[in-house]
Amino acid sequence: MPVRALGWLAVLGLVAGIVAAFGYAPREVMQGNVQRIMYLHVPAVLTAYLAFALVFIGSVGYLLTRRAGWDRLALAAAEPGVIFTGITIASGSIWGKPTWGTWWTWDARLTSTAVLFLVYVGYLLLRGMIDEPDRRARAAAVVGILGTANIPIVHFSVKWWRALHQPATILGPEPSPIAAPIALTLFVNWLAFTLLFLYLLAKRTEIARLEERHAE
Amino acid sequence: MSGYVRRAWSVVWKDLLSERRSKESVNTLVFFSLLLLFVFQFSLGPDRARVETALPGLLWLGFLLAGLLAFGRTFLVERENDCWEGLILAPGDKSAIYLGKLVGNVLLMAVVEAVLVLLFALFFSLDFTSVLPGLVLVLALGTLGLAAVGTLFGAITAQLRARELLFPVLLLPAAVPVLLASVSATQTVLLGEPLAQAAPWLKLLGAADLVYLVVGVLTFEFVLEA
Repeated sequence: MPVRALGWLAVLGLVAGIVAAFGYAPREVMQGNVQRIMYLHVPAVLTAYLAFALVFIGSVGYLLTRRAGWDRLALAAAEPGVIFTGITIASGSIWGKPTWGTWWTWDARLTSTAVLFLVYVGYLLLRGMIDEPDRRARAAAVVGILGTANIPIVHFSVKWWRALHQPATILGPEPSPIAAPIALTLFVNWLAFTLLFLYLLAKRTEIARLEERHAE
Repeated sequence: MSGYVRRAWSVVWKDLLSERRSKESVNTLVFFSLLLLFVFQFSLGPDRARVETALPGLLWLGFLLAGLLAFGRTFLVERENDCWEGLILAPGDKSAIYLGKLVGNVLLMAVVEAVLVLLFALFFSLDFTSVLPGLVLVLALGTLGLAAVGTLFGAITAQLRARELLFPVLLLPAAVPVLLASVSATQTVLLGEPLAQAAPWLKLLGAADLVYLVVGVLTFEFVLEA
């Protein structure tokens, strides 16, 4: 069964990722061990973006074809997407406390990620309030499309908002250029998160299909 | 094309006519704006400098709250007397209905905004006359963006159980860029700086308006179905 194989691959990847993050990757000179949270933080946000891209594709696909499969894809991507965005924000907060001295700051990237989180929580809330499948899929697709189209606008507005208020922020924790072991560890973790996401996506799609069959 | 404009206009005309006879929205929203003024005053205290510093944010907070009430109602009237079926059965491209409703919302908000700005000028003895052209431009662009999303989401939530809860939850995060850009541009204008200073914000507002309008026009037919 390919889905189960995908799940085990994800487990394997996550274990390798943890081992690499704690055993292989060097201790960062400036920040110390705290920097290792990056191996959770960066893969999580990349996976979230992948998820929201799939929400957009599923939404457009549904409106064009009216096939329930597209809607299941959008739903199955949105739920892990929100979780991964939450992980990004939470891990960023935990990282921020020792390095910047604060749990939260209204920095451009933090703010736009938080807005992204709110948009897709709203999307899931909307889905929860409509019982009729076709109507739910249509309404959710419209909100999903607008939400994705809004991402660049949110990004620029928040960036300028900070830039125009505070020219130079203290943020910018990435050591550049990134050393090879760090890059490799990041890559392993990113791969593991993507596998985990694909596994969750497959499972959630399957559950949605069973739910629909049960409702009929 | 002329048929499209005519259909959009007939929606605007229908809503204006029923609003002129009932005066439900305008009267209530104008009164609501007056109440907001008191709320702002009470929450900020008597210090005039604080009100002046917070003025761009207060103005847009007022418009946003009024907009949440106004846009959420856009399609509620259509739920009675099978009006919704009437809209679905209307011939031609459904996006004409969206644009008609949008124009109605912008007109309604224009009245509310004019009243709120006037009330601010009166109660806090502020003088807007010198900055009026810039202010009108920012308000127009910002209102169009808010109304474009508000009208679309109003149509989506009109048929839902918990619509008055869900509508703001959907609209507020989507409206973040409009709010940021409008408040920043308003601040520039109110400080008396040349409009070119606010150019990036005005461009962003224009782009946001365009994106929302295009998404609204393209997707509205799917929202309107039963």
